[in-house]
Amino acid sequence: MKPVQTITAKTVVLPSSNIDTDQIIPARFLTTTTREGLGRSLFADWRYDAQGAPKPDFVLNTPAAQGCRILVAGRNFGCGSSREHAPWALLDYGFQAVISTEIADIFRSNSLKNGFLPIVVDQTTSDWLLANPGAEVTISVEDTTLALPDGTCVKFPLEGFSRYCLLNGVDELGFLLDRGAQIEAYERQRQI
Amino acid sequence: MAKIPQTMFEKVWRQHEVTAETADTPAVLYIDLHLIHEVTSPQAFSVLRERGLPVRRLDRTLATMDHSTPTRTEQIFGGAPISIESAARQVRELEINCEKFGVELLGLRHAQRGIVHIIGPELGITQPGKTVVCGDSHTSTHGALGALAFGIGTTEVGHVLATQCLLQRKPRTFALNVTGRLRPGVTAKDLILAIIGRIGVGGGTGHVIEYRGETIRGLDMDERMTICNMSIEGGARAGMIAPDETTYGYLAGRPRAPQGDAWERAVEQWRQLPTDDGAKFDKEVDIDASVLEPMITYGTNPGMVIPITSSIPTHTNDAVFSKSLAYMGFEAGAPIKDQPVNVVFVGSCTNGRISDLRSAANVLRGRKVAKGVHMLVIPGSQQVKKEAEAEGLHQVFIDAGAEWRESGCSMCLGMNGDLVPKGQYSVSTSNRNFEGRQGIGARTLLASPLTAAASAVRGRVTDPRELI
Repeated sequence: MKPVQTITAKTVVLPSSNIDTDQIIPARFLTTTTREGLGRSLFADWRYDAQGAPKPDFVLNTPAAQGCRILVAGRNFGCGSSREHAPWALLDYGFQAVISTEIADIFRSNSLKNGFLPIVVDQTTSDWLLANPGAEVTISVEDTTLALPDGTCVKFPLEGFSRYCLLNGVDELGFLLDRGAQIEAYERQRQI
Repeated sequence: MAKIPQTMFEKVWRQHEVTAETADTPAVLYIDLHLIHEVTSPQAFSVLRERGLPVRRLDRTLATMDHSTPTRTEQIFGGAPISIESAARQVRELEINCEKFGVELLGLRHAQRGIVHIIGPELGITQPGKTVVCGDSHTSTHGALGALAFGIGTTEVGHVLATQCLLQRKPRTFALNVTGRLRPGVTAKDLILAIIGRIGVGGGTGHVIEYRGETIRGLDMDERMTICNMSIEGGARAGMIAPDETTYGYLAGRPRAPQGDAWERAVEQWRQLPTDDGAKFDKEVDIDASVLEPMITYGTNPGMVIPITSSIPTHTNDAVFSKSLAYMGFEAGAPIKDQPVNVVFVGSCTNGRISDLRSAANVLRGRKVAKGVHMLVIPGSQQVKKEAEAEGLHQVFIDAGAEWRESGCSMCLGMNGDLVPKGQYSVSTSNRNFEGRQGIGARTLLASPLTAAASAVRGRVTDPRELI
């Protein structure tokens, strides 16, 4: 994983609450055996018509949304399945973070393991972001803060170990493999 | 000093801590059983291959295929190619990975193949007090046996393959106390839908739910699995039910359950698992099951659910709600009953077990699926299929005009091409009614097998109590 320290980017807004993983990437795209190239299927059923042409009224297809790298969404983003294809698709499309008042557990865990930032903020901050698409904001992993254009800074929750892994590009598998002796001791003690 | 009372979750968690969590690091949690399938494992095996790592505990790893597999008999047993080429490749990749790494695979033509969450309990490999993970969110199903079971992503599948462990922060605990007797025609599916309606689709986020109370104690194992299965639909990663005589009766004699003296010793240990009197939960909700009616969803998440006798709610000035109703083609204030139905799906890890098929068959026996309705009945596993056929249930379905096929996830998520056509209404016993879940533009109404079968007969959303 590449280190993630600071992101400064414009936002694009999807105001719906409970945006589930089937919306982020529909199941028919999950027959892939690699993690590359999923960006073109991101929000596929909202983004394309039956002929596969971009729907002009969908926000990601508007000129203003081009180059925006932070997604702002309604409550409970990423609910549903455990498919890691969801953060893979968001990253492959070019997003680096999602901001919501609530983010589903498995999606959050999958995101952090790929350097995609799940940012949970209070209702007031969320309301402001939802009402101001295109705002340029800065996310600092170091300080666990989100800075709004007027200079306001809000803290977001980020578990210490995840923060450490993001900042240093540490991969958790390496960390677990280093615990080999403890894992063996545990297996011996349980006689398994 | 008196022992501090513990919840069942805390007991199982502590027994699996290789190292406990600290302020700086999550716990290293040992995983007793890792179930894998074709969709969320290929990229994890790739990581092992890139790093030259073996699977650490082959004896704790079991693979099957269910999500993208065909349900057409000829594509499984008849030598016909799997119609979706990418699905065929994915199936082949799991076969190759299992062969190369030495993982036991209950493959496409295996008599014990099935939906991963059906076969774990069925084989007796899911057991009380175990930690069970799988790259699938409905892993919560296995909690019905008193296991701590939760879904993980593909990166974590790689972690467990390589180390048999996961890095985890300890979740909070949530007691869901259910009292009162379910009325005739009201099932475990209706109960869990009512629970999700009450707590909301994010109500369990960050928590492990323990379903408790006399109503839960009175449920059989199939019903308990239906309840725990949909914990994730309430946002909880796991749901658990304390093991009891019902659990032991279900497990005894299953092929991979302990046998003889080992069984006695295991039961002795399992009896220590239930939550101690006086243990504190972080959150509690009480549900009175005696007032519930058959439940059905009307919107695009499982929390948008109402009793079948009532009308679609009205929420003016709620754009998200209006968008959902527009997708469903429903009007606020309209009764849900008698809405037309095009497709009926009975199956999935939620309701694809033998008792689910029996209850659907009981409604269909001597009746016909309404003209113009396509009804698909998909057993949850090949064992369920065999059992259903031995009882003649398949004949009831076929005689009624329903399709009877091989096991798999099928139309629950439509990965294998079993799809609901655009704009059509599907009464489905599965677990998710998200936009497009059963096909682009498909409109899903989640309900029990009884309600699904009754709706198939009438061709309209039907209260099953009118037919039983």
